Amino acid sequence: MKLNIKNIGKLALAIGCLSAEVNAQIGKPFIHDPSTIMESDGKYYTFGTRGGGLVSEDGWTWNPGGERPGGGAAPDALKIGDRYLIAYGATGGGLNGGHNGKILTMWNKTLDPKSPDFKYTEAIVVASSDGNEDCDAIDPGLLLDPTDGRLWLSYGTYFGFIRLVELDPKTGKRVEGNKEINIAIDCEATALLYRDGWYYLLGTHGTCCDGANSTYNIVVGRSKKVTGPYLDNMGRDMLKGGGKMVMGSGGGRVNGAGHFGHWKIDEGVEKMSFHYEADLDMSGRSVLAIRPLLWKNGWPVGGELFREGTYQIESERRGYGLELIVDFTRMPGGFRGPRDPNEPIVKVASQELKDVIDTWPKGEIGVRAGDYIARPHQKWTISAVPDGGGNPGGPYYKIVIAGTERALAATADAELITVPKFTGAAEQLWRIDQLIDGTYRIMPKLIPNSNEKLALISSGDSTPTLGKFDFNSDNSKWNFKNQ
Amino acid sequence: MNRKHPSVMRVFIFALLSWLKISSSAVFAQGPGPRPSLPPIPIKGDTTHTLTKHFTQASSEPKKTDAKGFIQRWLVLEPVKKNIARNNIITDNFLKTTFSADNFSNDYNMIPKDGESVKIGDQDLKWYALDSKTFNFNLYHFTYALNKPKYGILVWLVTVINCTEDIENVRMSAGCNSGSMWWLNGQETMILSGDRDMIADNVTSPRITLKKGKNIIRGAVINGPGMANFGVRFIDDKGEPVKNFTISYQ
Repeated sequence: MKLNIKNIGKLALAIGCLSAEVNAQIGKPFIHDPSTIMESDGKYYTFGTRGGGLVSEDGWTWNPGGERPGGGAAPDALKIGDRYLIAYGATGGGLNGGHNGKILTMWNKTLDPKSPDFKYTEAIVVASSDGNEDCDAIDPGLLLDPTDGRLWLSYGTYFGFIRLVELDPKTGKRVEGNKEINIAIDCEATALLYRDGWYYLLGTHGTCCDGANSTYNIVVGRSKKVTGPYLDNMGRDMLKGGGKMVMGSGGGRVNGAGHFGHWKIDEGVEKMSFHYEADLDMSGRSVLAIRPLLWKNGWPVGGELFREGTYQIESERRGYGLELIVDFTRMPGGFRGPRDPNEPIVKVASQELKDVIDTWPKGEIGVRAGDYIARPHQKWTISAVPDGGGNPGGPYYKIVIAGTERALAATADAELITVPKFTGAAEQLWRIDQLIDGTYRIMPKLIPNSNEKLALISSGDSTPTLGKFDFNSDNSKWNFKNQ
Repeated sequence: MNRKHPSVMRVFIFALLSWLKISSSAVFAQGPGPRPSLPPIPIKGDTTHTLTKHFTQASSEPKKTDAKGFIQRWLVLEPVKKNIARNNIITDNFLKTTFSADNFSNDYNMIPKDGESVKIGDQDLKWYALDSKTFNFNLYHFTYALNKPKYGILVWLVTVINCTEDIENVRMSAGCNSGSMWWLNGQETMILSGDRDMIADNVTSPRITLKKGKNIIRGAVINGPGMANFGVRFIDDKGEPVKNFTISYQ
């Protein structure tokens, strides 16, 4: 190929495509201060500052479509029974403006604007700040305590305290006579969640609203009581500025994480929603982000989107690597123990695909797991499929033997096979979720002739199959090790 | 000055170095080949060759599995001698070719009789109906007890699973040292290739049904150097042992 300007351009484009990271929701995911993601009538919704919001059918592609009246800032949403409670702040002006904010709540039976049941109740004020007190009543966060059914709302921003009030879960109104409690200072965008006997208060520190220069970051403290004190991992009270970071910069083309939302997908599968202040691949605009939420020693930890690459796919059950069922091809030589120490040292070439591929069957080949020694039949290249659709927090991927188009596929009898060439069929598309313990769940988009949702599991050490996902079993978990 | 002592020492040191050189050559100067033997260490040898040390003669009464569902009753054929230097030559195709060539019968539903002999190649081999005293079946102990080859062996196995009703959606599960193949009612269910160890549930079959009545398991285990044994059971979709059947050899 002649390296003329045109071809250099093509080459640059190709390299750019190869190195592209799948790091943001796709569609038009532009939002600031997203509310906790809610599912309604088979779609996902999140609302943002200034009204409106985003809607998604699969949790990966997001576009404008949510409707929230009232304007204001930083809403939150919570489903109670068969209704949705929406809280939002009517701000007095923000950093350099007034601080006489209000928190309002309202209900809706559905979040789908096209539904005949879509109608918000009249918004009511549940908390406020007078402009001079050490609090600015914006940025609400809702928690329905699973231990006793009580409804709590946190609110506030950098201007003084974060406060906690109790609401009536039937009406969304402030419980009569309830006094606000100070639970943190000098952060904003708080959210509450409960897990395993602990209440967690998540807040956002750093610079907001400055695009690529924002340093917004999400921190956490925890308490045995919803009313606090919320201490960080070093024992610092969040009333003294404590907080352990959960998510900060995206480490590259995105930065400034703020406004945590908790999204439990399944037992052991949790996500966190938030916004990045700037996505440099999307005009530096503020975008919705969804990442795995991990738990380490009782603390939430932000995970990362799955990175495309070539991997060993290792079973958590025994540590075997997923591989094609083909005859093992020996490398030259055998045992080479201590010999003449002065013998020249030479590098031994790795076994390569071209050394073995002609020994493999040309049609379908089964899959098993075995002792991993980095041979060609054990290395898998995983890449996003642009037109394959998505799921909460990620696209669908194809999983092929490195250097080939031989693709992992689900069969109608819920087993695994590899087909010689990836065709894009749904049974060749794989969803990859990082679990709360850092391992992964791998699921086919479709089991042929079945509506079952099954995952890649180990029925024996060497026998991968498809079965019901069980977070409490290592049979259901996998790791990806870079090659 | 005693001049003899240094001379004696020189002789001793020369002899020691010569021995070490011979020994180290034996240990290390190997080309590609099996892992070399270590220098012999005198140990108290077990010279008893008796089946009853690790097995009991199977009775005509059907037997249950052990508490974890392992099948301890097997018809076991005396070993076919095989020349296998190392176990990682045991590939899928090696197993299929070898078991096809050194087979006692192509009728995989045939149940041999305890004590009868069959001919494989030029070897006359006898069937034994035995219950293992452990969860697994140790073929090293079996061949040692019979004064037969202990290494480089192929051993055929048969057992009968008796069900009072169909048991659906279960998997046959096996571990073996080193390679093996398994059939249920004439259908191949599992192949365990490679240099494997006796690991419970190392490989499982696809989902299968144990039918009401007799179900015949055929197995073949092959091993080069080292220990040879296997363990088989059935598990359900939760990985729990299936135990609601009995085992016989007829």
